[in-house]
Amino acid sequence: MTSIVPAHIKPFQASPLARAGWLVLIVYLAWAMSSLDFNYARFITGLDNGAKFISRMFPPDFARWELLVKGLTESLQMAFIASFLGVLISLPLGLLAARNLMPAVVSWPVRIIVIACRSFHPVIVAIICVKAVGFGALAGIIALTVASVGFVGKLFTEAIEEISMKQIEAVRATGASFMNVVIFGVVPQVMFRFIGFSAYETDANLRNSTMVGIVGAGGIGGTLFAAFQRFDYDYVFAIVLAIIALIMVGEVLQLWVKKVFKQ
Amino acid sequence: MSAAVPSPHTGPGAPPPTRPRSADEVRVWQRFTLAERLARFSIYFTIVFAVAWAVQSVEIIVEFIWDAHVQIADMGRRMWPIAWGHYPKGVHEALIETLNIAAVSTLLGVLMAVPVGFLAAHNATPYRFVNYCAKFILVSTRSVNTLLWALFFVAVFGPGALAGTLAIAFHSIGFIGKLFSEAVEDTHRGSIEALTAAGASKLALIQYGYWPQVKPTFWAIALFRWDINVRESAVLGLVGAGGLGMALDTAINLFQWDRVALILAVIFAVVIIAEVVVTEVRKRII
Repeated sequence: MTSIVPAHIKPFQASPLARAGWLVLIVYLAWAMSSLDFNYARFITGLDNGAKFISRMFPPDFARWELLVKGLTESLQMAFIASFLGVLISLPLGLLAARNLMPAVVSWPVRIIVIACRSFHPVIVAIICVKAVGFGALAGIIALTVASVGFVGKLFTEAIEEISMKQIEAVRATGASFMNVVIFGVVPQVMFRFIGFSAYETDANLRNSTMVGIVGAGGIGGTLFAAFQRFDYDYVFAIVLAIIALIMVGEVLQLWVKKVFKQ
Repeated sequence: MSAAVPSPHTGPGAPPPTRPRSADEVRVWQRFTLAERLARFSIYFTIVFAVAWAVQSVEIIVEFIWDAHVQIADMGRRMWPIAWGHYPKGVHEALIETLNIAAVSTLLGVLMAVPVGFLAAHNATPYRFVNYCAKFILVSTRSVNTLLWALFFVAVFGPGALAGTLAIAFHSIGFIGKLFSEAVEDTHRGSIEALTAAGASKLALIQYGYWPQVKPTFWAIALFRWDINVRESAVLGLVGAGGLGMALDTAINLFQWDRVALILAVIFAVVIIAEVVVTEVRKRII
């Protein structure tokens, strides 16, 4: 049988550049793994430690449930306020950063603000806030708000940039003011996506609000970290179970909100 | 009641209705059903109630706010000038470690998540029970925050990069697995049915049926997760799991704010570079 393709050309062969890329990636990963200092002896000791750790976690100790409830309540409060503030600040920022509605002079500075908010993990922002406004829920609220602006602001901007300009033109043709263009041209097109993003962000804030306490910014995280450092692993386990339950409830609520507002 | 208002349908000038009806029967067009409106209203109400409750019951020490600008000015003064000279001996190694943690944990996360993702997709694995078990793994690994995983692995393997890598890898399973199983569920059945009809084995089905269809999504997910993992690996050191966070923690505990500023600048640069790399690679391969 004669083939149409000459024998030395393999039809499914990757390009030389792609193959070189693969090689570099594999060599890098191998080197990175070797730098982690992972060996068999350490693995065996680790398994031993893990068994001890897990045996000390059982049964979970709910005796100090009052402290647990207090921490969880504070986490919830922080998540609600931060999500509300974050969405409130993101609405104008998202509009100002949209390149299809704003001149570059306005959109670029706003985009940089949003990128700066997104580039640091909430826990790192929380460290700075704890220095600025002291220990407690306020630092956590500010940190989570900054993180929310970074994330929701970006999503809002992208949603506004994807809208159909036909409706904007139609509203502009009637001689509408800028606010009217926004209210009747932009908002109806992005409303439902905004609600979805806000629900998602509330869920994300709920997760993070249980963690910023590790650096002293309020919520259940502080209790958790303290219990961990005292080796109260059974109490740690109780807190972790409570956090997981809270997060799962949050995820169910988020999906429900999205379902209700889906047209 | 609407009987009091003469509506255009029943008024004197209205065309005769096809069927005689009373004024009560006049229907007002509404976009949403009563149940939908009630559901929406209850959500609005819950949001307002939750925010109001949170604002009035959260414990905030107001005195700290009046003091904040002094503290921020103080922090700014201590951070400036940034201790660039500290980079070669104190930060460079931690930076490399952070990047290694991000890369290896993404690899491990993908290796663990892809099988679970296939098991969670109902078209690739037509067994309800297996689907639920796999979905439970995905949800539960995602619910435990990276920092919690890190605390656990630090207790097991001791402080260091290994604990951080495993922490991020385990947390990534849920994210990668969920998106991957959704991609598998979105595949077209044509080529898969053709392979089944030809008597292909399960492995051949995955290799020639599913894989070519999910490949672009797979790379997009892996890249996106790597980007997230770079950010996360910069924090893990706060609980002793290696990387830049460890250097940050030391600097903060010693109140060396100029070094803190240096590390923050490094993290910022790395995150921006990672984002640019991801955008560029995405353009090339997808």
